[in-house]
Amino acid sequence: MTGPSRNAAGATLRFTFDGKTYFARPGDTLAAALLANGVALVGRSFKYHRPRGIMTAGIEEPNALVTVGEGGRREPNTRATDLFVYDGLVARSQNRWPNLSFDLGAVFSLAAPMLPAGFYYKTFFGSAKRWMFYEYFIRKAAGLGNAPTEADPDRFSHRAAFCDVLVVGAGPAGLQAALEHAEAGKRVILAEQDAVLGASLIRDPQELDSAWVEATATRIRAAGGRILTRTTASGYWEHDLVTLTERLAEPGAKPAHGLAQRLWHVRAGQVILATGSIERPIAFAHNDRPGVMLSQAARTYVRRFGVLPGKRVVVATNNDDAYLTAAALRDAGADIVAILDARPDLSAAATAAQAAGHPVLTNAVPLSVDGARHCLTKVTAKVDGQTQSWPADLIAVSGGFTPVVHLHMQAGGTLDWNEAAQAFVPKAARQNVTTIGGAANPQPVHPVVPVGNPKKSFIDFQNDVSLADVDLAWAEGYRSVEHLKRYTTLGMATDQGKLSNMAALGRLAEKQGVSIPEAGLTTFRPPYTPVSMGLIAGASGKNAGAHMRRIALHDVHTQKNPIWQPLGYWFRPRAYPQGQETLAQAALREARAVRTGVGMTDVSTLAKFEVSGPDAAAFLDIICATTVSKLAVGRGRYTFMLREDGIVFDDGTVWRLAEDRFLLTSSTGGADRMATHISYVRQYLCPQLRVSAVTVQEHYAGIAIAGPKAKAAMDALIGADAPRHMSTLPATIAGIPVLVLAASYSGERAFEVYVEASHAAPVWAACEAEVTAQGGCLYGLEAMEFLRIEKGHVVVGGEVDGRMTPADLALDKMLNKAGGYIGATGLSRPALSEPGRRQFVGLEAIEGTIPEGAMLVSAEGQSPQGHVSAAAFRIMDGGSIALAQLTDGFSRYGEELIASSPTRGQKARVRVVHPHFYDAAGERYRD
Amino acid sequence: MMQITCPHCGPRSQSEFVYGRTVDSVVALDAPADQAMTALFTRTNPRGPDDEIWRHTYGCRAWIVITRHRVTNEITATRAVGSEALP
Amino acid sequence: MSRYSALGLLRGALTGHKHWQPAWRDPEPKSHYDILIIGGGGHGLATAYYLAKVHGLRNIAVLEKGWIGGGNTGRNTTIVRSNYRLEPLHNFYEFGLKLWHGLSDELNYNVMFSPRGAMFLGHSDADMVKLAERGDAMRCDGIDADLLSRDEVAKLEPLLDMSRDARFPIEGGLIQRRGGTARHDAVAWGYARGADSLGVDIIQKCEVTGFVRDGDAVVGVETTRGRIGAGRVGICVAGHSGHVAAMAGLKLPVESQTLQAMVTEGVKPMINTVIMSQSLHCYISQSDKGGIVFGGDPDNWPSYAQRGDPSIMEGAVAQGLALVPALSRLRMVRTWSGVTDMSFDGTPIIGETPVPNLYINGGWCYGGFKATPASGWTYAHTLATGKPHPLNAPFALDRFERGATIDETGSGPMPNSR
Repeated sequence: MTGPSRNAAGATLRFTFDGKTYFARPGDTLAAALLANGVALVGRSFKYHRPRGIMTAGIEEPNALVTVGEGGRREPNTRATDLFVYDGLVARSQNRWPNLSFDLGAVFSLAAPMLPAGFYYKTFFGSAKRWMFYEYFIRKAAGLGNAPTEADPDRFSHRAAFCDVLVVGAGPAGLQAALEHAEAGKRVILAEQDAVLGASLIRDPQELDSAWVEATATRIRAAGGRILTRTTASGYWEHDLVTLTERLAEPGAKPAHGLAQRLWHVRAGQVILATGSIERPIAFAHNDRPGVMLSQAARTYVRRFGVLPGKRVVVATNNDDAYLTAAALRDAGADIVAILDARPDLSAAATAAQAAGHPVLTNAVPLSVDGARHCLTKVTAKVDGQTQSWPADLIAVSGGFTPVVHLHMQAGGTLDWNEAAQAFVPKAARQNVTTIGGAANPQPVHPVVPVGNPKKSFIDFQNDVSLADVDLAWAEGYRSVEHLKRYTTLGMATDQGKLSNMAALGRLAEKQGVSIPEAGLTTFRPPYTPVSMGLIAGASGKNAGAHMRRIALHDVHTQKNPIWQPLGYWFRPRAYPQGQETLAQAALREARAVRTGVGMTDVSTLAKFEVSGPDAAAFLDIICATTVSKLAVGRGRYTFMLREDGIVFDDGTVWRLAEDRFLLTSSTGGADRMATHISYVRQYLCPQLRVSAVTVQEHYAGIAIAGPKAKAAMDALIGADAPRHMSTLPATIAGIPVLVLAASYSGERAFEVYVEASHAAPVWAACEAEVTAQGGCLYGLEAMEFLRIEKGHVVVGGEVDGRMTPADLALDKMLNKAGGYIGATGLSRPALSEPGRRQFVGLEAIEGTIPEGAMLVSAEGQSPQGHVSAAAFRIMDGGSIALAQLTDGFSRYGEELIASSPTRGQKARVRVVHPHFYDAAGERYRD
Repeated sequence: MMQITCPHCGPRSQSEFVYGRTVDSVVALDAPADQAMTALFTRTNPRGPDDEIWRHTYGCRAWIVITRHRVTNEITATRAVGSEALP
Repeated sequence: MSRYSALGLLRGALTGHKHWQPAWRDPEPKSHYDILIIGGGGHGLATAYYLAKVHGLRNIAVLEKGWIGGGNTGRNTTIVRSNYRLEPLHNFYEFGLKLWHGLSDELNYNVMFSPRGAMFLGHSDADMVKLAERGDAMRCDGIDADLLSRDEVAKLEPLLDMSRDARFPIEGGLIQRRGGTARHDAVAWGYARGADSLGVDIIQKCEVTGFVRDGDAVVGVETTRGRIGAGRVGICVAGHSGHVAAMAGLKLPVESQTLQAMVTEGVKPMINTVIMSQSLHCYISQSDKGGIVFGGDPDNWPSYAQRGDPSIMEGAVAQGLALVPALSRLRMVRTWSGVTDMSFDGTPIIGETPVPNLYINGGWCYGGFKATPASGWTYAHTLATGKPHPLNAPFALDRFERGATIDETGSGPMPNSR
């Protein structure tokens, strides 16, 4: 077909296709506009690069896929039938080179006899590298459009909604149902994937016309109902949750308010599916050519868009619906050269058409079509056993109707076989869903079996799966419907088998000698139509869904320009470099300040729990593996916690603030896990205890002050004698109440000051002034790491890696002898105390610098006996030291090993030592 | 995304809840070693209803028990636990 | 078995492909087999293949309740790698990776194993140390692993967001170049065809409904196609291990969870390797058809539903888009899910059970596909000899009560905290 098929009046929207400019009318789909402009060749198929046109007028389109938009808005594989033209639309054809009309990829079509279904399983042998050589070319040939290479400039959002009744599909049945429920006082949402309401009424107005549609919509809205157009129900999930995808801008278009699409999570009391049906193609030779169109699609182009898709038309059908198409096309000026009706007898509709002058032929099925890349020229059919041909530029086909049962099936539905319609229809479903309208009651049809073995008779158009491929799969033993699908790729294209599945099932059932329902079905998986990844991610697509947690003093630190370190969702200062200092230089300077004078750091992110009540001590004896109940008021101690299987999973300190009130701290990284654990033990395992255990992690900011001069600084800050090691004291700093704990992580005399987070800034300022006055400085996580490694303290996520027992970490002497703590039983499992376990040791470099994470081997080429869990430098002399896990390490002090990191090309000769490198006697933190 | 009826708060989206463990995996504080290890390291894991412990973490923070069918996701019972549920 | 070759295709081109034979027979079950394998997934079929090929046994059947390869074999994201931190795991998977490299030739069935590289991204210095540790552990045991700089990562995958202000900035990566992807269905079909040609009976639509016991010992199974006697019976039904083991009175250290995967519409090549992350929980690769294959964490509550939860999918996609922003306008065309056996240390179970003659292969969590050859090889050894192969000896069923778990992530016995 050449030249425009409707006059250009009203075509005001300018768009381009493959660089050529055309005009469209408002409301046109791209497919309609291309047809109106005489463009029949729109795409190339996936495998054989066969020329393809427009086959449908809806979301089931397998052939007319284009790439629209530019830059980060480029959307490949957009169905021209599901894209409303906007001014400036840029569309390109895909999967062709150098151009659509002349595509070198079409050589695959010549080689097609060698490339049947599954050919790739039978060849390309040799090494994996050799397959990759072939694969390179296969991958280049595969795929359809090109993905964008830039970030998406637009936003996507998610929105939750609730309603009593969700109606999917705004055809006559859906509109009527929505109206009834809305006027009965129900909260109603009506979703329609098209841009306008009416569905089949747009194509076939009959008694209910556009005025009725408009009036009904007005009444639904007036009754409080919400109508969403351009909104597809994409998935039916658990407990009547339905996701709706709403397009606020057409593919490739710049959205008016930056928001391209919205994803609705709708929890419905009841779901009504009025999703209609999809027309089936008919199998015959070359049934994929441009000019082969579904009957209802042809009617839609004429009636809705005023575009006549062909002038000399053959109609092929097995049902009455296609007679409406013949009438519509003739009314628009087409010449109906034949109506091929597969049924043996004239139906009432056929008789009426005959009376109206249509050339109706019964017992007539198409055999083949001829044509060129851009057009159809001839249709050949078998009529009463005789072959007949007609010159034609369009064949409108109707092989019956497949109800859209996707959502029903996702809701846990089952299907019935409707023999008259040769279709599956919804039966019962587990969830609260009903199907109405055409989806529940498809039109009766006459079963059509393909005549003989037509060549190039396609079932899955996009993936080029033909009847012959189905037959081959059968012959090779791929006989279940899933094997057939997977072997041939049938139903795996962008339309997910909406057009192809029933035809394939028919052929399979024929081969198996069973009825179609006995042949089985593949699963209806979400989404109903493809959904943009950006929409699925929503706003989280920009930040991986991971919020940032900022500490109370974030802004105070920012002014110091620190290097930040992510720690879970938190960000903490890692070091405060001065001038041109590197991270390591800054950290060493800060650590030296702590060793020689005083330093201060922010420890706000530590997990903190306030445990209070008459049974608080008893509760903590369950949570902690060390004895807590014997702690005197005003005192604290180190503690650790076990999982139920006896493995150490966190550590911290516990403080008795009053007889019946404790503060428990544990690691930052394990804070959420510990909060859950404590809550579980409290509520589920010992509800009878009179105790409250609440997380106060973010309630208090924490400041640590450490070093030989820390005591002097603290005395000055609180105007009193600072508490001795492992004691606690309520005090005020800068007039603000604080809790001072004397605890040392660094190995020096040290204090932790806890203050309500909202009052942290003045306390921090006072502390910083005093520390500065004492000649000290701030230190960050890196210095803290150096200090604790030198001191031999374990850390959660390092030495405490979820695989070590208290004994492995040399903590077993601290275990509560009375037992009764969580994990005591798990710890008794025999293998946990057998020889050969990894044990916690220190390493000193004899030669080289110990790489963190390196493996410990006795000689190069040997299997590892352990690894370096943390590496640092001796703070005062810069010597390389490390903490490690080593098989039977406690008995290997003095042994020489190699710490080897092949991935970094680093290694060091090391000596196994006791992990306390500094002040092993613990004299420095006592007064 | 299921809808779970919290015995304290009413019907809420599953996204407010966090799964804890099955009731058959609870290790009682006073359980003998063999029972404790059986609870911790084996599961009935039925293709049918089972009792599960969930937490209304992003709601009232209470732990609850639900009876849920593992294939259909049908929830046939929910009940409170903790001191509220003590006899 | 007629051999597959390019020549065969050429012959087919000239003769309408009429000469191809069924890839496997459709036999009636015999009354007794030396070894019965319950489960016709990749693992069960591979086990049967190696029992016949390596151990010379012939009187073997694989019983499949539906159609072969229809469980997790056909539902995974097809990633093949051996880059584990812990020795028993990387040694086991590496043995498998070596088999993968010759599998298409071994089976005369192109399983499309494509060693395009399996890359973990690191997002902080701490991540990079963890990656180096993993790589060093592998390299010291003779397994390939290379640390990559930011620039090297960017060169391999130009579409990654390399900006410094990204929420999870990319500091580098660890690549196993010999890792990659394979065509999952082809693995099941190739092993099935190979096993069948060696005389193994593959019996589809045959569901096991109970065990036949002689005293304690299992001596056969009851099925929907009648009673079948057996010398030894191997359970190989990951996802449903607990269900089948319960018929023998066993309670397993396994909880079933749903694991989702998804694929986009096909596009021209844009992702070259398999992209994973040390801090995020999504994995991205591109299939030969052009679809971007996407996976994330399991729905971390027990389920046999084979239906995923949208919020889990949304989370995984958000992470993927943060890594590769250009995926935003691609469209997801299909989601699916499988039922995974989550074991209580994240490591599989292959070995004896307390029931005489009954063996188990399961607990694959979300990592079973890559293990298919190694799992089949070692399980075949275990079934043929009655004793574990050295590679699967650490994967014994009783390791939990003994305290000899192999916990790669160190997250303990609750599968949902993994």
